[in-house]
Amino acid sequence: MLLKYILKRILLMVPTLLVTSALIFTVINLPEGDYFETLAAEMQAQGEKADLSRIEFLKTEYGFDKPPIERYFHWVTGLMRGDMGYSFEYQRPVSEIVGDRLLLTMIVSFVTIIFTWVVAFPIGIYSATHQYSWGDYGLTFLGLIGLAVPHFLLALVFMYFANVWFGTSIGGLVDPQYLNQPMSWAKLRSVLEHLWIPVIIIGAGGTAGMIRSVRANLLDELQKQYYVTARAKGLPPGKALRKYPLRMSLNFFISDIGDILPSIVSGAEIVAIVLSLQTTGPLLIRALQAQDMYLAGSFLMFLSFLTVIGVLISDIALAILDPRIRLQGAATK
Amino acid sequence: MDILRISDLRIGFTVHGFARDVVKGVSLRVPAGKTVALVGESGSGKSVISQAIMGLLPRAGAVTGGEILFRDPLDRGTVIDIADLTAEGEEIRALRGGRIGMIFQEPMSSLSPVHTIGNQIEEALQLHRPTDDASARRQIETMLRRVGFKDPVRAYGYYPFELSGGLRQRAMLAMALICQPALLIADEPTTALDVTIQAQVLDLMRDLQAEMGMAILLITHDLGVVANMADEVVVIYHGEIMESGPVEDIFRRPRHPYLKALLKASPHFDMQEGERLVALREARAQPAATPRAAPLISRPANAPPLLSVRHLRKTYTTGSRGFFSKGTQATVLAVDDVGFDIARGECLGLVGESGCGKTTVSKIIMRAITPDAGAVTFNDGFGPTDVLSLQGEELRRFRQRVQMIFQDPVSSLSPRMTVMNILREPLVIHERGDGAEQTARVRSLMESVGLDPRFLSRYPHSFSGGQRQRIGIARALALDPDLIVCDEPVSALDVSVQAQILNLLKDLQAERGLTFLFISHNLAVVNYMADRIAVMANGHIVELAPRHALFASPAHPYTKALLRSVPFADLDRKLDFKLVAPGGASDYSHWAPAFRPEPGVSLEPLSLGEGHYVLARPEANHRELV
Repeated sequence: MLLKYILKRILLMVPTLLVTSALIFTVINLPEGDYFETLAAEMQAQGEKADLSRIEFLKTEYGFDKPPIERYFHWVTGLMRGDMGYSFEYQRPVSEIVGDRLLLTMIVSFVTIIFTWVVAFPIGIYSATHQYSWGDYGLTFLGLIGLAVPHFLLALVFMYFANVWFGTSIGGLVDPQYLNQPMSWAKLRSVLEHLWIPVIIIGAGGTAGMIRSVRANLLDELQKQYYVTARAKGLPPGKALRKYPLRMSLNFFISDIGDILPSIVSGAEIVAIVLSLQTTGPLLIRALQAQDMYLAGSFLMFLSFLTVIGVLISDIALAILDPRIRLQGAATK
Repeated sequence: MDILRISDLRIGFTVHGFARDVVKGVSLRVPAGKTVALVGESGSGKSVISQAIMGLLPRAGAVTGGEILFRDPLDRGTVIDIADLTAEGEEIRALRGGRIGMIFQEPMSSLSPVHTIGNQIEEALQLHRPTDDASARRQIETMLRRVGFKDPVRAYGYYPFELSGGLRQRAMLAMALICQPALLIADEPTTALDVTIQAQVLDLMRDLQAEMGMAILLITHDLGVVANMADEVVVIYHGEIMESGPVEDIFRRPRHPYLKALLKASPHFDMQEGERLVALREARAQPAATPRAAPLISRPANAPPLLSVRHLRKTYTTGSRGFFSKGTQATVLAVDDVGFDIARGECLGLVGESGCGKTTVSKIIMRAITPDAGAVTFNDGFGPTDVLSLQGEELRRFRQRVQMIFQDPVSSLSPRMTVMNILREPLVIHERGDGAEQTARVRSLMESVGLDPRFLSRYPHSFSGGQRQRIGIARALALDPDLIVCDEPVSALDVSVQAQILNLLKDLQAERGLTFLFISHNLAVVNYMADRIAVMANGHIVELAPRHALFASPAHPYTKALLRSVPFADLDRKLDFKLVAPGGASDYSHWAPAFRPEPGVSLEPLSLGEGHYVLARPEANHRELV
């Protein structure tokens, strides 16, 4: 049963991704001109003589003289073969450029997500079980500050104090001397030294949001009659809480996994620029500005793919965890 | 010997820093092996007392005085004062579930939807009587069989949503009783169930009580249930005991005016023509008792019916998506070949258990659901209208003619609108008059349902349940409709308020010549309101008869089963629990052959004379039918 369901969901992914790719392609091509025209214009503006023949050559080489439909199919069929195309800006295959930054991005994002969960869950549970206590009010207040302060501002403040108090170098994820070194213990230590700043900054908003969700969802469940039943059986409060309301309040959290996966490889672009992190966020923004078609398009497609996979995973997890979905086929989220 | 003795119990609640006593010096006792009924309206404090016994008071509440003494029959020497125990401490947790079991009103929400019932029962057992898995499993299966599961081995693995309401309540019972408690607290255990299922569950509780020798504290507002179950009765009103004593004394010699009023307020089957319920508080000053169903508009004998319904049929498809199932489309026949007429000024009662299709019929008449087949004809004296084919402006005009009163007075009024806005909305939508005229109309509507027009600027939450239902009635009246569909208008209300609303509806009907389609599962209520009654089962109308004929000589086995299962607030007419159909009244395998729907046999409404029809095989002779 489950297998058939998964198969069906995977089949459903194909049209979803096709529509997404068409959208991405259209949006990137919407502005006037293409990468080469932008390039020529930039060179002329800087007083350099644009090598028009070379640009013409590149245009034909990459099929830019062909109608958009054809270019789209060329791009999509390439993607299917695993060829993400070539970045004009960096003059390297897209997969290489992204690959370099992917590891660092994943480290930052992964640690951030873990940080968010580890902080948000206990606080959320405490707030829900001690509703309207001073502790609840205080934590809510802190959380709201975390939500309200813009990330980039927090980033600037943190960078300043990290430098003044701990002497950590400003910006980046490693000390400058390790920049182009292969991974080593010393480099890892340097990464860990720097990591906490972006993790806290990026995590602040997410943690605050998560605390609110955990608290709200758990509060809903704590009102439910079955929790009273559990306590009427004589279960100790902690155990009753874990087995019933907490388990039920996890549904929202699981359906959230779909959003988490893409944000592991992307997300927090602004903070990454402010902190000059070598992650994928700034790369994507630059590629979009320069109309670096294949870099931007392929990377966005990669993110869409991860989103679809993430949703699939959370749906399967929900079906396994919640018998109502599994047995009734009704989406009672 | 008393298992439980509560003396001078006081419970206070603090809401927004405002302390209030909810239970004011209550004393009661529960003798071993006996059933004590704690009777009262909602808000009387009866549930709060049960929570205090279990140590489960909400955070805002606390015991402020008195004692709750629990004497365990297994350990005769010691007496525990539950009011004195630390909250969530070990002692109170040992009592909960172990020595005192509890079941609740809503069997669906009282069980965790994501754990199997076996898991949930086993948890209670392992907490108080740790055993190895195999023997625990055996005990649970024995218990499940005892509470009426036919296949306990499979039942162990069921999730609550796979069970019907009655079976869920049985699973709750199994969970509460698995540790053989000395006391069972049942908080409105059958209020959410259909009458036949209610009778079965009550019967089961009595059997288990006799077998296990436990005491029951039964919390209810239904005097019929009390008369059939209780040995002793305690009547509570606003946190104070009004009267208590053996059930004989309470029913035969009620002394306190509140109790007397409560007994008079509940509709019963022996009411005389024109007899009026005595509401504890009437909705509005009533000049004189209006005679029963005397519509102002005189109707000629051969006038066409106001509403005529023919051959309605509606199927629902479920499981079509094939999520995890094989993708088979299960078709549920919700309404099948339903037809009836409602004459102008009449009240037609539509009775049936949950899931019989009565609400679907009402929604089809309201044009909220489109049927698969059939016809609905509306005739307000200006020629017949085919309701199902109305479109656009015509449909808009028709909507003003038919209005609805809903079951739940809380969720049917928008909490974000003032009463003024709620009552005015229909007038605005249908562009009746200018602002001043609308305001005047709204004020007169408020008066006609007995509410002070000064309350118009308030929001629904500041009204009681009965008052909210009156606002709902006023809204239905706003457009001067011909027909009002009342879908279980009083089943969410207390007995005392119920009488008030029923009387109000009757008065309005007499004054304005209204026509009602009155849907209810409560036979006594329908008996009080309706001129003719249609009984629905499994999507069919199985019997249609004038009120007195239906109650005097019911023909269909389903109607008979329903009538047999209604508990009376009368000690001389206790339910014969063993006569109640084992699978519920709508299980047609227990019906006589003449009534049984089988493939290849078409059933037809057969006339028994005087407008009394029963659904049976056409060839059935008269003797088989009555």
